[in-house]
Parts: sequence; C-alpha cells; structure tokens
Amino acid sequence: MKELTELKLKVLDLLNEDARRSPLLLATLIGVEEEAVKEAIAELEADHVIVKYAAVVNWSKIEEETVTALIEVQITPERGRGFEGIAERIYLYPQVKSVYLMSGAYDLLVEVEGRNLREVANFVSEKLSPIDSVLSTKTNFILKKYKQDGIIFEDREEDNRLMVSP
Amino acid sequence: MIVNEDTKQQQVKSMNSYLAPLVRDIPPSGIRKFFDLANGSKDIITLGVGEPDFTTPWHVREACVYSLERGVTAYTSNAGMIELREAISQYLYDGFHVGYDPQNQIIVTVGGSEAIDLALRALIVPGDEILIPEPCYVSYSPITSIGGGVPVGIETYAKDDFKLTAEALEAQITPNSKVLILCYPSNPTGATMTYEDWLPIAKVVEKHDLIVISDEIYAELTYNQKHVSFASIPGMMDRTILVSGFSKAFAMTGWRMGYVCAHPDIIAAMLKIHQYTVMCAPVMGQVAALEALKNGMEEKDRMVESYNQRRRLIVQGFHDIGLECHEPQGAFYAFPSIVSTGLSSDEFAQRLLLEAKVAAVPGTAFGAGGEGFLRCSYATSVAQLTEALDRMGEFLNKLKRES
Repeated sequence: MKELTELKLKVLDLLNEDARRSPLLLATLIGVEEEAVKEAIAELEADHVIVKYAAVVNWSKIEEETVTALIEVQITPERGRGFEGIAERIYLYPQVKSVYLMSGAYDLLVEVEGRNLREVANFVSEKLSPIDSVLSTKTNFILKKYKQDGIIFEDREEDNRLMVSP
Repeated sequence: MIVNEDTKQQQVKSMNSYLAPLVRDIPPSGIRKFFDLANGSKDIITLGVGEPDFTTPWHVREACVYSLERGVTAYTSNAGMIELREAISQYLYDGFHVGYDPQNQIIVTVGGSEAIDLALRALIVPGDEILIPEPCYVSYSPITSIGGGVPVGIETYAKDDFKLTAEALEAQITPNSKVLILCYPSNPTGATMTYEDWLPIAKVVEKHDLIVISDEIYAELTYNQKHVSFASIPGMMDRTILVSGFSKAFAMTGWRMGYVCAHPDIIAAMLKIHQYTVMCAPVMGQVAALEALKNGMEEKDRMVESYNQRRRLIVQGFHDIGLECHEPQGAFYAFPSIVSTGLSSDEFAQRLLLEAKVAAVPGTAFGAGGEGFLRCSYATSVAQLTEALDRMGEFLNKLKRES
C-alpha cells in the first residue's frame, strides 16, 4: 500500500465529492499552488489510485430499466492461485459490474446487470454455474437502491434555512 | 372579515401607547429588511445565512429520537442534566484549557442567546455602561437596553483585522463602565484574538474592574490556529462569563442548545432568572447535545475543514473580482469592503440582491464600523459560492461601466 501525502488525500476527498472540480478550484480550497495539485493528480492517475472519473447514475430514473443481482458464489480455490483465476474468469464478462472476495458463508459476491430477469438467470445458469470450481450460487435481485457509494439517491433532506439570518 | 368592535372604539388610543417605551423604541434589526426583500424571490443565491449548511449529524438526531421513544420527556434539573454539564466541563477543559465545576459553574441554556440575556440581567444596574466592540452580533445592544443598561460601542477597524485594541477599549471607559461583551471569532467580521492580542485587553479589564461576557459560540471554527478563550488568560477566569453552545460547531442551530460557565456566585444569580423564566433547557435538546459531545468530534472536525476550504475560496474569489477583503480567521463569514464601488453598504446590498440575485447583509446591520462592508456567509455549497462570486463579479463590472 502506497503512503499518500496529506495533499493527495485532500485532493482525493474533494474529487470524490465532485470529480469535475478543476485543479485551480482544488488548489484554492486546499490552500496550495495549482501546480502542486496538478502534479498530485498526475501521480494519482499514474499510480492508478484514481482509476476513472465516472458519473454516478440513478438508472431507475430513466425508462430503460435494468435489473441487478448480487450473486453469492461458493468456490473451490485453485491450487497455487487461490481465487484469482476464477475471479478473473468471472469479472471479464461485461455484464458483471463488480466482484468482491468475501469472508463468511460464501467466497465471491458478484454483481450482475441485465436487461431483465431472464437475462440474469441465463447468465447464472449458462456462464457462472458451469465453471468447474463453482460449487453453488445464490442469486439476490436488487429491488431498489437507496444509497450507493455514500450517495443517497433520493435525498429528502432539503435546505430549509432562512434566506437571511443574524 | 371579522371586525373587532373593541379595536374600532379604541382607535383614538394607539395600542403602541401601552408598550414599555424601552421596548417600543428598539429599532428593528437591519437584517429584517433584507430578509423581507430576499424571501420569496426566486433564483437567489444567499450569502446571508448565519448558520451552518450542514444538517445535524444523524447520530445526534437518532439519539434524540431514541430518547423520545424511551419516553424521556420530563424536566431536567434547572441547570441541565448533570451528565451533560460534566461532558461540557470535560470538553472545555480538553479543548480550551478552562476548568469549570459541573456542579455549580455551568448552566445549560436555550441557545447562547439566553445565556447572554441571563448574564446581562444578572449584572446590570440601570445606568451601567456595557462596552460592545463593533461591528458585532445584532442582539448585544438591544438586550443591554432592555435590561436597563447603556450600550457603548467600541469601533474596530479593517486595518487591525477587526481585532479589539486596548487603546480603543480604554477610550470608551467611564466610571459607569461595568461589562465588556466580547465575541471572537466574530460574527460578522471573522476576526479572532490570539493570546498576545488578549493580554493588553486583560490588563484594561483588570485596571477598570470590568466583568467580561465572552461569547465564544464560534470557538471551534477557528482556522490556522487554536481558539484562545478569554477565560484562559491569567487572572481572567473569575471575571469572565463564558458563553457558548452547540449551534455552530455541531450544526445544531434549531435545537437552541447553549451553555454558560462562570464563577459560582454569578452562576447562582443567573440560575435564579433561568429557573423562573424557562425552568430548564428542553430535555430532547440536552440528550442530543450530550451525544454530540460524546461521539461527534470527528464529524465536527470534518465540518470545520469544509468551512476552511470554502473560506479560502471566497477570500480568493473576492480578490479575483477586485473586492478588498481581510482574511477572516474564524466563524464562517467574510467581510469584504465595498467602498471602492462608491455605494453605501445598504445600497450595495440592495442592488446586489435585486440586480445580481445575491443576498448578503450590509455591514451597517452590525453597528458602528460596518459601513463600507458586506457580511457574506460562506456556509453554502462550493457550487453556490462559485456562482455567487461570478454574479458579484459581473455586478461589479456593471457598476464600473455605469460610473
């Protein structure tokens, strides 16, 4: 694990809040030179600490609704490689949105997205379950997302402060 | 419409004539006018808000909800729950190196405002002069007058970063001077006082035997340095009535939770007024305040850091659009000078609101020395601040083209 400078941590925090902030704005907020921020960002990108700048989308807001399932997968680890090889075989599918190695009752948590229920079910029965070392799967469909990555999708808290107060 | 016959018959005599002249003659707050102007209009970005833009942290709200579910709804002791007073005592000791006995030196009040009222009422003998550095929070002078005291303003200046100086204080002292009200970090200027700044003030206080009401509600919101409580200055402990609260540091304005710490004799007197007027601070607020002190420090630090970032943004922004602005070291206000525009504070604020849709409070609302300045709260989102600065920049350009 790389030790990050205080500046880099501040940059990451502020970009995590809003990835569109310019280096100049970040520099002003933190109280350093713009050049220092640019340098920090370049290093963070080069080190793949910043992996990507993406929008957080609430897909349920638009017509084209998709279904997402969290699939609990039990696996026999491979000799010498553990879970790495199987995880890779699974995460390379584009419909797989995330893969986590878990402690507890199962080994991998796989997030799969499809246009409908059948598509996800087919993926499980035709792609995931047939993998030799996969012992069992348990598919949980997501019904509604309330909060993701620290962001509340439908924030009910509003600014109800008076316009002017002493 | 129901016509009240009584009102009709009595029209010869105005209802105002029944009012105590002291109260009737208090001028309305200069903030009120801007509130009325801003309220209801659309698309306004407001830099006029004197409170945090954070909602009270969830763990604090949840603690209150849980206590209600358990049926914690009775009076507490007059001075407030002992657990809360103990927590306040510990917090003040750890953070600001001042020691108060939770048994007889602390009262939990309905906001810092009640604490100031209690202190003034406990101290003022009609005719006493109350020294108030200005520009300052809007309520000190009216509360002083209502209590029968005579408010005496001490002007502070941008050239001193709006710090109080011993010379300015000394110049206003008369044989009737009794109390000095301090508020640092300052609303509206953002000024702070360091240990070195305080020493000469303490000398004057000692020399003229003054009592100090130190409103330290913005103590946690001090940047680049640690807040120095006036009570922690050698010899000032017994002379100081320390007022603070949860509103600003823990984003709890609407809860109205404050506290006051002082010498036991002064606290005993204040407690008499407190018990006969409000009995005790609301118990649900006390429960929430205790939770904030127990588990809220990390969240508080995060909020302070966020204010600090926006402080840098607004000060830089004012410099970029050509408004002179001293660097505020505390609270969440910037106090730029608008003298270069040739407009008065009032005109500037009014036109800014109507023509550029940015609300801010003219410095004149905060007493002497406020003319030529504008109080801008940066307790609003980075996006809103950026937009407000853009609008102000355009507005300034427009003013330039006009002249």
